[in-house]
Amino acid sequence: MKTLEQTTDEILGLAAQHFKIPREQLAPSDDFYKKLKIDSLRALELITRLEHHFGIELPDYEVQGVTDFRTLASRIQARL
Amino acid sequence: MLDLSKYDSLGAALTGAMERWPDELCLIEADREHERCRLTYREFGGAALRLAAGFQKNGFAPGDRAAILMSNQSKWLISAYAVFYCGGVLVPLDYKLTSAEHLALVRHSKSSVLIVEYPIWRALSQSDFSETRVETILVTETPAGADLAGAKRWEEFRGEKAPEFRPRKQEDAACIVYSSGTGGRPKGCVLTHENYLEQCATVSPLWPFWPGARYLSIIPTNHAIDFMGGFIMPFTGGGTVVHLRTLRPEYIREAFTRYKITYMAVVPLILKNLERGLRDRFAALPPMKRRVLNALVRVNRMATRRRPRLWLSRLLLKQVHQAFGGELRALLVGGAFTEPKTLEFFHDLGIQIANGYGCTEACTAITVNDMKPFRPDTLGKPVAGMQLRIVNAGADGVGEVAVRSKTVMSHYLDDPELTAETVVDGWLLTGDLGKIDASGHLQLLGRKKNMIVTAEGKNIYPEDIENVFESLPVKEFCVFAANYLWPQRTMKDEKLVLVVRPDPNQNANGTMRGELELRNQRLAPYKRISGYVLWSEDFPRTASLKVKRNVLAEQIGRQLDRSAVQPL
Repeated sequence: MKTLEQTTDEILGLAAQHFKIPREQLAPSDDFYKKLKIDSLRALELITRLEHHFGIELPDYEVQGVTDFRTLASRIQARL
Repeated sequence: MLDLSKYDSLGAALTGAMERWPDELCLIEADREHERCRLTYREFGGAALRLAAGFQKNGFAPGDRAAILMSNQSKWLISAYAVFYCGGVLVPLDYKLTSAEHLALVRHSKSSVLIVEYPIWRALSQSDFSETRVETILVTETPAGADLAGAKRWEEFRGEKAPEFRPRKQEDAACIVYSSGTGGRPKGCVLTHENYLEQCATVSPLWPFWPGARYLSIIPTNHAIDFMGGFIMPFTGGGTVVHLRTLRPEYIREAFTRYKITYMAVVPLILKNLERGLRDRFAALPPMKRRVLNALVRVNRMATRRRPRLWLSRLLLKQVHQAFGGELRALLVGGAFTEPKTLEFFHDLGIQIANGYGCTEACTAITVNDMKPFRPDTLGKPVAGMQLRIVNAGADGVGEVAVRSKTVMSHYLDDPELTAETVVDGWLLTGDLGKIDASGHLQLLGRKKNMIVTAEGKNIYPEDIENVFESLPVKEFCVFAANYLWPQRTMKDEKLVLVVRPDPNQNANGTMRGELELRNQRLAPYKRISGYVLWSEDFPRTASLKVKRNVLAEQIGRQLDRSAVQPL
């Protein structure tokens, strides 16, 4: 089973790929709205992509109020 | 639709709908690829009356208040009807707020009942309810074995006796809707049954519902647009409301075709997202197909400039309309500024965007564009029964928008002072600046009030967020809407800025900036300030030491310009 660090790293990689930003510019504590320059709808696109990648379903309430990669990773990790 | 003049209350009108269309479908609730439930009006009524019986068994009386705190779903509407059936007052709350904000509004509203979905309750149950008047908490969809922390299961809350319908008068309160003030001064608009019935009667002819018409409900139902468009209007027309429990763009797109949606309300943010998706798809077309599409769009644009011709648009641009399910009549947009070019984009495709202007204080809609002809540069004309005038107009005709109608709220809850400032001789002073053009259309050109409206249609008042900056290592600070400091004739890109008087011994752009960024991150993204301005003079204050915001704003506006804002 993946560790939280591995999950976080995968999320950063996928986010970088999806929004065409260099991976090295992203850090776990980053606010993904600010760093990726996205709004709430584009954030949901990312979450859907992550769901497909990790093979899980994340109910909307699990990501309500989440703004940083690390917290998002912990929500995903809890469902692996 | 029902003849609303026959009813004195929302409860009575909704009961009329149950009686008129018992076997028609009123609700579909889907989650991703599967459906959770479908309810006819009879089944919906049955579920609501079981809940109403539980309310009355527990002493819920006419005039008592019940707060609802859940995402869009069938249980929201069932609960609301049960409250109205018992003569209660509904307090619809924004489920996206924080627990602290939820508690503040539950306390302010003096609700005795709280109806909440389990994920929200899991967080909220940690709060101290001792200063609220809540006596009964009903939690929906609690997992088996979960700790309810003193609450009751919504699904099991029943009474043995059939509930008694409690009639209300038109002037009685139906809902208390918070237009803002989750951190500062809560603005609970007390809206009456007359407000809602009048609003429904005036806008329904523009976007009629009938059995088989379907509304896709994605904006939170506490928002005025969805409460009216996604509950009262469909139900009083025998239509169907479709709820999606997972709000991802791909499921919304699928819902259009799966459920043949007739209407959907959106905020500008969602509309822009739809526009972006369509533009990407068009750009990916082979060149010849792209040229054909462009030609068809040009023909449609010419043919529909004076008035919509839905049948022609669907014929010319069949694939575009099929992507929206083939039955879409209009997307209703409001709550915030919509760019004219976005409106034009959809209009050229024959997809009507019904844009308009409204505010919670006036129930829902004040003006609406009727597309005859298409005017992307305005917010349309006043709806039937709405008087609108411009107060203190300047030489350019711009002044404060004031409205009078049966849809104007009764008052702000427990705030006679603010009510008296806002509703003067029956005229609602909106705080928005605009003018009426020669065709009677309203154009909004700024705000008198120190506040912003986000692209998601959320009102943010500086007082709502200032507490997050408390004990910042500065001498004093104050949050302003940038347009309040430097007025400009636009409603686009509204931002908040923090005005800071640094401590003389401090490195303003070092430690303070870092601390500022940290505090800013604590706010939800849509509430964050965009930058800060350094100010070197004492803030003007009243005898009771409150900052004289308008005086300070004037001083800043005179001495600095927008280039003084240091972005965060």
